[in-house]
Amino acid sequence: MTAAFVAGADAPTEVPLKRRLKRAERARQFKALALVLPLLLFLLFTFLGPIAGMLWHSVDDWEVPKTLPHTVAALSDWNGKDLPDEKAFAALAGDLQAARAAGTVAIASKRLNYVINGFRTTLASTARNLKTAPEPGTAKDTLIAVNPAWGDRATWAAIKSASGPLTSFYILGALDLTRNVDGAIVAAPAEQAIYRDVFARTFTIGFGVTALCLILGFPVAYLLANLPAGRSNLLMIFVLLPFWTSLLVRTCAWIVLLQSEGVVNDGLRWLGVIDEPLRLIYNRFGVYVAMTHVLLPFMILPLYSTMKAISPAYMRAAASLGASPVTAFRRIYLPQTLPGVGAGSLLVFILAIGYYITPALVGGAADQMISYFIAFYTTETVNWGLASALGAVLLLATLLLAVVYGKLVHGQQVTGGMKN
Amino acid sequence: MSANHAPRTTSQRAAWITTVVASTLVFIFLMAPILAIMPLSFSSGAYLTYPLPGFSLRWYQDFLNSPRWMLSLKNSMIIGVASTILSMVLGTMASLGLAQWKSKFKPLVLAVVLSPVVVPGVITAVGLYFFFAPIGLTGSYAGLILAHTALATPFVVITVSATLQSFDMNLARAAASLGASPLVAFRRVILPLILPGLASGALFAFATSFDEVVVVLFMAGPEQRTLPREMFSGIRENISPTITAAAVILTTVSVILLATMEALRRRNEKLKGNLPG
Repeated sequence: MTAAFVAGADAPTEVPLKRRLKRAERARQFKALALVLPLLLFLLFTFLGPIAGMLWHSVDDWEVPKTLPHTVAALSDWNGKDLPDEKAFAALAGDLQAARAAGTVAIASKRLNYVINGFRTTLASTARNLKTAPEPGTAKDTLIAVNPAWGDRATWAAIKSASGPLTSFYILGALDLTRNVDGAIVAAPAEQAIYRDVFARTFTIGFGVTALCLILGFPVAYLLANLPAGRSNLLMIFVLLPFWTSLLVRTCAWIVLLQSEGVVNDGLRWLGVIDEPLRLIYNRFGVYVAMTHVLLPFMILPLYSTMKAISPAYMRAAASLGASPVTAFRRIYLPQTLPGVGAGSLLVFILAIGYYITPALVGGAADQMISYFIAFYTTETVNWGLASALGAVLLLATLLLAVVYGKLVHGQQVTGGMKN
Repeated sequence: MSANHAPRTTSQRAAWITTVVASTLVFIFLMAPILAIMPLSFSSGAYLTYPLPGFSLRWYQDFLNSPRWMLSLKNSMIIGVASTILSMVLGTMASLGLAQWKSKFKPLVLAVVLSPVVVPGVITAVGLYFFFAPIGLTGSYAGLILAHTALATPFVVITVSATLQSFDMNLARAAASLGASPLVAFRRVILPLILPGLASGALFAFATSFDEVVVVLFMAGPEQRTLPREMFSGIRENISPTITAAAVILTTVSVILLATMEALRRRNEKLKGNLPG
């Protein structure tokens, strides 16, 4: 406004003023960015960095290059068809002796054992029995004499496949795939191929919980949206209180309720409905009950706000035009709730597939979802590569769904900017 | 029954009654676990069944006298308060900045800032575990506070941004034109008006940290175990009535947080209603 005023009065000063305003605006934008920057840097260190680190672990292949560097170098021009030449055997003998002296044989053998079960023994026994460096030119015969596995091209192919610096081994493993001796991608052996089932189970449970939340949440949201404000606010407490109650408290409470000596079984026995306690927990049923309970508010709240915005005039108009209540509900009301149904369902599904605590506490061995296996490989067997690869697949699925969710609810609304 | 949804015909009335009955059952389902566990914590017996043999406060006494539970309560408080303060500072600054920043990268930055809410807990926890272990931040308060701050800040940004959206920037401009420095304008004009929003953000942040268990599971040493973490082990081993006492204490904290939040929301709505639009 100032610009226009000055421009009218005295044209020559217009340019510098415009530039000054521009500069002021640029300073303002710079200040705004400076306010956001600390949080971005903080998240870089405490969130983005760690996630990137996890993704890096899923492709990082450092163990064999670090412990058997000369062998890796000698195998770099190996054709993979026949046994490697004498040079590679001599390099391996040298590397193994050095690794044994440094106490690092276990690092390489752990990694190689993922490729061929039993490699740990091969490597350990070879390192142990190789007292002195073989005479020049005899390394091949010496090693094969110590352990016949060295005469098998698969043993060498395993080392070459783990030669780094990057590997697709863990990602393929997370998808029940592996590479055969010739490096072609094939199905993993049946006893290792469990992850597709785990992912399928995760999505099945996620889908089931979402469906249950929708069925249970829809009438509640409808009721809350159509009651007078006073009463609906009061009833809203029944939704918000569980929402705010600790996840651990609710999970613990379900165990108390559902276990074989629990409140529900005792009650049913007292009523004479059953003689033997029902198995209500540490199985799929318990997982569905507890997870539906935890996630139900995430369905009710978006449904409620969508239904609240639907004008009753539409239903009255439909009725006045002769639609039966069922038709009016199905053709007029229901379509208008779809954005809420979509948002609530996606939200519940996204949260459900990442669940760890609840299934871990109320599920049986056959009800553990993908998060359980990520935690298991991280802390129990310390197979960080596989843990990270499984995490990468789950992260990808979650982010794809989150993008769809963002599009659905126009996530950018959150900070549309202050009133100007 | 609502004026705008007065059922007229018999079938409409039947549908409405069905809705009421179904909703009542769902409300019972929602409240049952909390209501069932409360009386058990006051039981004088050691078994978690009804009818209660008698009333006693022995499990609360047990809780208060147990060094393990008390340490976990103290840890939850330390980590909760520290990460609330840190996330309030970072989140409020970022919200103020985001509200004025105009750039095509804004949606991307916003997605990054809000992403800790969406990413599954285990992935965050595993990533932090890999990242913090080599630099000695696992098994420390600092590591847990940093992690919980990252998880809590999105809620602060969401709440504070929503408040700023209804804040009239002309008030800040008026303050500036009357000679207030940006800092004075913030403290004397902006802050008092967005205070309820900030308080809600702080409550959200505290609740997030107070309830978080997955990151704690991976990163806490025995000295940093929080209340939910202690409950996790308790449930794993066997559920003693002391856990129900801990659960009731946790729920009481939740109720206080919820009630405060509700009061703030009401106050805010009243303020908005009174101010000319």
